Amino acid sequence: MKTDDIAGIVEKHKDDRGGLISILEAVQAKYSYLPENALKLVSEKTGRPLVDIYGVATFYRHFSLKPRGKHLLSCCLGTACHVRNAPSISKEIAKQLGVQPGETTPDKEFTFETVNCLGACALGPIVVVDGHYFSNVRATKVKEILEAARLGLDKGLAKDDSRVFPLDVSCPRCNHSLMDETHYIDGYPSIRITVSFGAMHGWLRLSSLYGRSPATHEHLIPKDTILNFFCPHCHAELNGVSPCSECGAAMVPMMVRGGGIVQICSRRGCKGHVLDLTGVNI
Amino acid sequence: MINLTINGLKVSVEKGTTLLEAAQFFGFPIPTLCHMEGLSPYGACRLCVVEIGEGPKAKLVSSCTYPAEEGLKVRTASRRVVKARKMVIELLLATAPQSKVIQDLASAHEVRQQRFRQEYEDCILCGLCARMCKEQMMANAIGFRGRGEKRSLGAPFDIKNEVCRLCGGCIYVCPVCMLRCTYTEPEKAICGGCANIGPPCVEKEKFNDMMCYMEPCVACEIRKE
Repeated sequence: MKTDDIAGIVEKHKDDRGGLISILEAVQAKYSYLPENALKLVSEKTGRPLVDIYGVATFYRHFSLKPRGKHLLSCCLGTACHVRNAPSISKEIAKQLGVQPGETTPDKEFTFETVNCLGACALGPIVVVDGHYFSNVRATKVKEILEAARLGLDKGLAKDDSRVFPLDVSCPRCNHSLMDETHYIDGYPSIRITVSFGAMHGWLRLSSLYGRSPATHEHLIPKDTILNFFCPHCHAELNGVSPCSECGAAMVPMMVRGGGIVQICSRRGCKGHVLDLTGVNI
Repeated sequence: MINLTINGLKVSVEKGTTLLEAAQFFGFPIPTLCHMEGLSPYGACRLCVVEIGEGPKAKLVSSCTYPAEEGLKVRTASRRVVKARKMVIELLLATAPQSKVIQDLASAHEVRQQRFRQEYEDCILCGLCARMCKEQMMANAIGFRGRGEKRSLGAPFDIKNEVCRLCGGCIYVCPVCMLRCTYTEPEKAICGGCANIGPPCVEKEKFNDMMCYMEPCVACEIRKE
């Protein structure tokens, strides 16, 4: 955990007096839970006593002081859901995951919680996984839901959105394709490039969906590191000269099949990207 | 000055005075539990209820938090107030029947029986300790945590923190008094003050650097003999 991260979050909400909840939300979004040290840092930076912050953090169900899993699964046990057999669904989920409500599976994949009402009583019983609502759930559907969550629920969403589309890119120097057909991200072939920073050298896989930023990499790359990109075929350095409009780091150009150039920012974590299709007949 | 009527007596008090302060000043007794001079009023115990207004609009309010209003008619011991007060005492008694303070209150208000299941809780959530810690000791070491039936008072993460000076003020004001004493775990203890309640202090040395507000401390008395 970095002191700077917390300081940055606190700085952002400095002006509103009721900003404590926003601060805690931001901290939880970053670490998926509220670590003890983070709360102490928030107390230090805001000048509010730790008891107050701890009181708020333990008051709201939304905040968790224990590490959470990759997927958050909430089963509604409100009155309307209850009479439609929500307890048996909760039991079925607990059985399939092997954890009780409020616990996280040992593989850190799922955190299972029960909630008192989600405000969508007509659709009950309801199970919410990572923000996706499943209505009229039967105990027999639990397995299906868990399976879908494991595969990633956002994948389907990206396909439906017409603003998100896959690109097929190649190296601007040797024109070899950078697509990796053996490894899929978001359901499409990933873009595989070689990167280096400091003494580290390894591969990086990007999602080929324009506008999406999930990436996997060989080495752990700290946030805000400026990377050097290389073509895995001709080993030419890809970092260009034009600066990123968001952070000023060098942009990395790649050829788009069918014409045009896509540029991505070389700073890890920066979402700066430009798609230039000038002179292309679509 | 604000003019109001307390139990039929016309009185005038300064602006900002609470009904409790006014009534006590003019000699009408109102029992309290979570109220203490020098600490901000909190209205948690509901023992200080009084009836205000007239006819069908009359209602019960906690006098410690209700400021005096012009022309207000206050009754501190009407049948409705006494009934509500007795119920509060009965509920408090069910929560912590071992508390001397609550037993005395019950006896003083002629509560002779208690119809609820006894819980033997070690806290009635009156918040006196947290207010003492914050307002008099300026430490802010303990406070409320959680909510609903899991609401509790204590230090964050259940460990003694740097701001706690082991002053024992929380134990001193606690009406149930065995609150945050963790006799068996000295490293977590905030004060050894009520080590007398469980097994008598036989390893008193462990608590040497803690101040004791228990007068007289039963445990020490036993040891002397």
